[in-house]
Amino acid sequence: MRLQGKVSIITGAGSGLGKEIALLFAREGSKVAIAEIQEEGGQATVQQIEREGGSALFLRTDITRASDVERMVEKTLQAYGRIDVLVNNAGINPSRTPVHETSEEAWDQTLSVNLKGAFLCSKYVLPVMMKQKGGSIIHIASIVGAMGCSDRAAYAASKGGLIGLGRSMAVDYASYGIRVNTLNPGFIETELTRVYFDKLREQDPKKMERIIDHHPLGRLGRPEDVAYAALFLASDESPWITGLDMGVDGGFLHCKRI
Amino acid sequence: MRLKDKVSIITGAGSGLGREMALLFAREGSSVVVAELKEESGKRVAEEIQKEGGSALFVKTDVSRSADVERMVVEALSAFARIDVLVNNAGVNPSRTPLAETSEEHWDLTLAVNLKGVFLCSKVVLPVMMKQKGGSILHIASAAGLIGCSSRAAYSASKGGVVGLTRSMAVDYASHGIRVNSICPGFIETDLTHSYFDDIRRDPKRWQHIIGLHALDRIGIPSDVAQTALFLASDESSWITGLNLAVDGGFTSVKRI
Repeated sequence: MRLQGKVSIITGAGSGLGKEIALLFAREGSKVAIAEIQEEGGQATVQQIEREGGSALFLRTDITRASDVERMVEKTLQAYGRIDVLVNNAGINPSRTPVHETSEEAWDQTLSVNLKGAFLCSKYVLPVMMKQKGGSIIHIASIVGAMGCSDRAAYAASKGGLIGLGRSMAVDYASYGIRVNTLNPGFIETELTRVYFDKLREQDPKKMERIIDHHPLGRLGRPEDVAYAALFLASDESPWITGLDMGVDGGFLHCKRI
Repeated sequence: MRLKDKVSIITGAGSGLGREMALLFAREGSSVVVAELKEESGKRVAEEIQKEGGSALFVKTDVSRSADVERMVVEALSAFARIDVLVNNAGVNPSRTPLAETSEEHWDLTLAVNLKGVFLCSKVVLPVMMKQKGGSILHIASAAGLIGCSSRAAYSASKGGVVGLTRSMAVDYASHGIRVNSICPGFIETDLTHSYFDDIRRDPKRWQHIIGLHALDRIGIPSDVAQTALFLASDESSWITGLNLAVDGGFTSVKRI
C-alpha cells in the first residue's frame, strides 16, 4: 500500500491515463478525487474504485475555469481533510497540425486546457500543501514537449510549457517539502487515442509502423506504464527527486537507430 | 515482492549505495550476486541478506578486469541459472581535482573502474539477457555526468561517458527486450563519503553552500537511490529505457536566482 493514508487529486481521470492512474493509486491505498469534465466517465471511475474497496469522489471540473478548480479543492478538503498528491493529467490535442495550419481557436483551447489548466490546479492546491509542509505534484506532459515532433505545434507549445512550469514550481516550493516532477509519455494506446491509431492502421499503415518504430522497445505504451511511473513519483519512494521530466516512452526520446 | 524470482548482479555491493540496493532487492524477492572487490565487506553483505532469509552469493570482482567479470557471470549462472538485473554501481573518485592537476594515474584508474568497468560487465551480461529475451541494466552514473561540477575532471568524464553509454546501449538492445537506464545521484552521505562531508561540515558556510545547491535542502541518503533503482529494475518500468534519471534533490534541474 504505497500510498497508504494519502489523498490524491487526479484531473481528467474519467478515461485513459488519468483513469488508470486513479485506479492504481486507489489500489495502493490513496483516497482519490476524480476531477473530470465528463460526468459519465468520472462517475464510472469512482464506481470502479468503490467496487474494488477503495474510496473515491467525483468532482465535475473544467480545469480552465478558476471557480471550478477552487471548488475542486474545497470539496476534496471537505471530504478527505488533506491533499498529498496532485496529478495534472487532463489534456487535449484537437489539432494535429503545424503552425500555419493551426487555427487560433485550436491554439487557445490547447493552451488553455493543457497549460493554464495545470497552472490553475497547482495554484489552488499549493497553499494546502504549503500548510501541510509537503506534497507531490506530477504534471503529465509528453515526449512532444521534450522533442520536436511533426504536426503538433499547439500541443508541443503546451507540453513544453508544462515542462518549464514544472521546473519553476520545483525550485519555488522545494523549501516547503513539495516535490514537482513531470512525466513525458510516448504514444500511448487508450480508448481516446485508439480512434486515431485505428484510423492510421486502416488509412496509413506505413505511418503507424513508423510511429511504433520510433519506440525502440517495439510497442505503443499502455496506460499502466505511465501509472506506475506516477505512483513512484507520488509515493514516499522518491523523496529526493524534484524538478525532473522523465520519459515513459519506450526509448523514444533518447534513442535513434542510424 | 517487486523483484520476485529475479536474479540481480550488483557491483560494488559491499558498501554504500551498492549495499543498500543489494539489501532492498533481496527484501523484494531477488536473489543477489554481491560483486565486490573487497572480500570482507562483500561477504558481510551476502551474510546480512542470508540472515534476513534472502538468497545471496559473494563473488570477489575487480570490474576493470575482464577475467574477473567473466568469472562473476559464470558463478552467477552456476548459482542462480539466470540474470534479470545488472546494476553497474562500482565506482571510484580518487582525485577531486580540475584537469591540469589530475595525474595520469588517477585518470586511468577513474576511467577504468567507472566507465570501462561498466562496459565490461555489460558486455558479458548482455548475451545472457539476449538469450532470455529480456533484462534490466542500470548504471549508477552521477549528477556530475549531467552538469559541470568543479574539481571533478576525471570523474565527470567517466560519468558523462556512462550517460552516453546508457543511451547507446538502450537503442542497441531494446529489440531484445533489454532496458538500459542510469541513475545520476547527487551528493549522498554513505560510509565512504562520510569523512568527506564531515570535513565540509567543519566549515558551516561551506556546508550551507552545499546544502543550498539542493532545492530540497538536504544531501541524499542511500535509500533515495535504492528505491529508484528498485523501480527501474522491476517490471513496473517495462516501457522505460534510455533514461539518465537524476536523484539529486533538484541539484541538476533547478537554480535558485
